[in-house]
Amino acid sequence: MKKEMLTGNTAAAWGARLAEVDYIPAFPITPQTEIIETLSDWISEGDMRTRFVTLDSEHSMITAAGAASATGVRVFTATSSQGLMYGFEMLYTVAGWRVPLVMINVARGLSSPITLGPDHNDILAARDTGFLQIHCENCQEVLDSVLMAYRVAEDEKVLLPALVNLDGFYLSFTREPVEVPDIDSVRRFLPSYEPSHAFFRADQPMAQGVAVLGGAYYSYFKYQMHLASQQALGVYKEACREFEKEFGRKYDTIEQYRLDDAEYVLVMINSFSTLGKAAVNRAREQGIKAGLLRPRLLRPFPEEDIRNALKGKKRVAVVDQNISVGKGGILFSELASCLYNEKHRPLLMSFIGGLGGKNISHEEFAFIFDQLIKGEEAEVETPHLLYTQHEWEEMQKLKEIAGRV
Amino acid sequence: MITEQIKSIKDLPLEENMFSGTPACAGCGGLLTLRHCLKMLGEKVVIVNAAGCFTLLSIYPFTPFRSSWLYTAMACAPAGAQGVRDALDILLEKGKIDPDENLKVVVLTGDGSAYDMGLSSTSGAIYRNLDFYYICYDNEAYGNTGFQESGSTPFASRTKTTSAGKEFAKKDLFEIWNSHKPPYLATISPAYPVDLANKFKKAEQYKGPKLFISLIPCPPGWSTDPSHTFKLAKLAVDTGVWALKESISGEVEHTVVPKKFKPVEDYLKEQGRFSHLFKPVRNEETLGKIQEMVNEYWKRYGILL
Repeated sequence: MKKEMLTGNTAAAWGARLAEVDYIPAFPITPQTEIIETLSDWISEGDMRTRFVTLDSEHSMITAAGAASATGVRVFTATSSQGLMYGFEMLYTVAGWRVPLVMINVARGLSSPITLGPDHNDILAARDTGFLQIHCENCQEVLDSVLMAYRVAEDEKVLLPALVNLDGFYLSFTREPVEVPDIDSVRRFLPSYEPSHAFFRADQPMAQGVAVLGGAYYSYFKYQMHLASQQALGVYKEACREFEKEFGRKYDTIEQYRLDDAEYVLVMINSFSTLGKAAVNRAREQGIKAGLLRPRLLRPFPEEDIRNALKGKKRVAVVDQNISVGKGGILFSELASCLYNEKHRPLLMSFIGGLGGKNISHEEFAFIFDQLIKGEEAEVETPHLLYTQHEWEEMQKLKEIAGRV
Repeated sequence: MITEQIKSIKDLPLEENMFSGTPACAGCGGLLTLRHCLKMLGEKVVIVNAAGCFTLLSIYPFTPFRSSWLYTAMACAPAGAQGVRDALDILLEKGKIDPDENLKVVVLTGDGSAYDMGLSSTSGAIYRNLDFYYICYDNEAYGNTGFQESGSTPFASRTKTTSAGKEFAKKDLFEIWNSHKPPYLATISPAYPVDLANKFKKAEQYKGPKLFISLIPCPPGWSTDPSHTFKLAKLAVDTGVWALKESISGEVEHTVVPKKFKPVEDYLKEQGRFSHLFKPVRNEETLGKIQEMVNEYWKRYGILL
């Protein structure tokens, strides 16, 4: 095991390298490019024995990835934002093929307006496709999650593709010390892929992705995918235990930060959770019993673990880094549906922040805790967009320049 | 390598690699083409299918093929073929499959995908010199959804979205593909199975994209009698509407040139999709223009009709 300074992107590339993937179909998009460039370099320098091919679009890339996986090799690919959208049709298709490829999404806001900063509308749009979803806070977690994603996706009880998400810029280009495991321990944790289900062989012809005529058959296969995804919860937990045994790092479906005695809880995902944790520390210094819950796994959704973690909590603020236009925060809806049948459920408040990479300041977190403490007396609209006076004024200046005031 | 030519229909392989009883329409010219193609390709094949009429050949739990099948989507069957081919190569390199157990990767698509939505991924696959076969069954419209205009619909043809007859000429997919200079490219017809068979035999020698476009009559879309499919496919060639040709690394040669071309009208008048050119009054101008377009084509190759 060695420690290296890696960006989130190179940590993702290391994950693929250590998983000894057979095949990488690629298409570039900012801020994902560093992943495929790194892998391409390693392959051309002989550090990886992997077939690398550049496709004509993400739609083709995801198709090639799925088709190769269906033929029986271990496949890795990566995309971002509009790229994920462009290949979106094929997310459903390859998930239906029940093939265990792993794809990175480097989260980035969606057009329009076009931007490069991150939010989670891209990845969360894919939550219903059948892909498993692991969300990462730091670079170490990115590398580790790629290994875990294969472990879970390739399990015979699961056989679904997986998306590993990291935030563009905030994590993709953040350099952190990352423990790069040695190949022998990775091989113990993740042996080479020997499919017993999906493959094309001359002596065993198979029709894959065939039409089903009739809702009853369609329902059957869709529900099988749902059950497989739910099975993935247990498989993932088992993978976490074995991962800890092999590498010493502990993961779970959720991360609980100062949550034991907390009364006021932030729910956040991905790299901005680090800001949330700092806010929890500051709130604690002021005597507020604050804590943070970070779901790591979003599909399957770890409902039971979330319910247990939030048992007895007074108030919960879901800080969504996404916006479902016409509804509000997507995670808020997920949390609300998860807690609805609880007898004693905490008050849930919805905040939307960090869209397109907009910073969430100390003051804004202080405002959130202030509102949580006020509880039902709080005077915010739901969902409440986190937006400072200063940002508002800056926006007015731009509008003046554009001549549309 | 010189392969022995197939001289008559009696020399065609007797093996069937696609069984009867599919849900395709009666008299489907595409099915007839595919049957001949698969005779030549053998049984060690993976068919990668784009959305189209033939999506419905494999309906769970049945498949009419001896070989494997993967349904992708409308725009991306060539990309699916890329993934399958690359994975097979990886497995061959690793010794996980025997070289004689290698599979031919075949894209199967209608004209809607080939001429329109799938053009980008096809161009990509040809440009990457992907070692695969590509078969386009071209009935000149979106047949699976009830016959709407596609990029392949010919001038003046009536479809459900061109009720007065199509305004533009058909895209020249052969030339679009040919500009990529693939090692082997051909047009085929189910009415000329010997020509078809020899083209597959020839194509086998080349590594890289091997592309085939087959003009196929579509009885429901063309409003023709299912029993006339063969006759119509033959008329398309004999009138010069469908030129049987091949191109090796960009050099085009015609493989069947009728000794005496029949008038295009003989082909058009058989089909409901062109009936508006004859009834209630003959549209001499359009009929003349269609004949002129065919003449122009052959003139380019020094053949006068």
